[in-house]
Amino acid sequence: MSYIYSFIFAGVVCLIAEIILNNTNLKPGHIICLFVIFGSMLDTFKIYDFFQDNFGAGTSIVITSFGHLIMHGAFLGVKQSGFIGFLNGFFNYTTVGISATIVFAFITSILFKAKN
Amino acid sequence: MTKEEYNNICDKVMPKESHLKRYVISFFIGGLMGFVAELLTNIFINYFYLSYNDSISLMLIIVIFITSILTGLGVFDNLVEICGAGLFIPITGFAHSTTSSALEYRKEGFIFGIGSNIFKLSGSVILYAVVSSFFFGLIRYLLLEI
Repeated sequence: MSYIYSFIFAGVVCLIAEIILNNTNLKPGHIICLFVIFGSMLDTFKIYDFFQDNFGAGTSIVITSFGHLIMHGAFLGVKQSGFIGFLNGFFNYTTVGISATIVFAFITSILFKAKN
Repeated sequence: MTKEEYNNICDKVMPKESHLKRYVISFFIGGLMGFVAELLTNIFINYFYLSYNDSISLMLIIVIFITSILTGLGVFDNLVEICGAGLFIPITGFAHSTTSSALEYRKEGFIFGIGSNIFKLSGSVILYAVVSSFFFGLIRYLLLEI
């Protein structure tokens, strides 16, 4: 059942993005930034946590989880060392995505040549 | 012929791609990404005995790795054109834009090519994630204390 929930959540998020893309002048870059901001906005009142508990890993693969994870890292920092930890903990959870992207992008750019 | 007349003729002649088809493709491909994410996470939890957070991390690493390789081979650009939002809203979009700018600026050298431009397209995602989280986090800290 969790597979169906994941499918529907990720599908609906992509569908909303496609609707925005087709009906406005926004480029994919704008929409990705909009969704990231939307993710951290939803986490302000812990709405995204509710999604994550109920819809499984489909919530982690869409880009909205990026804003959500930064908020979570910040509040892990707050838990550890009070208000100073707020800025300290921003990348607690998101490092894996960013580091993996940098490493694989670098390796790929050495191994392959640009097509056009 | 004025510009307006030209545009009118263009609108008549240009083939109109149906929006519905694009919506269905996006929904299906996006959903498929969610399905694959859930499948991989469950496999890691049940067969490799990893914790939930570690399984999510490993799943993201694998998805990013596959995306980078496909971008290097030149396959992913075509896929994004067909699938639209189904492929740029999942983490694949972030990995794809980073890898393609690294590939594109490879010829300008390692420092001023790859080094300076690797986040040319995807840097805005990190910037707005951090800035928005700062302000929303401040609101949450003041209202809820945690």
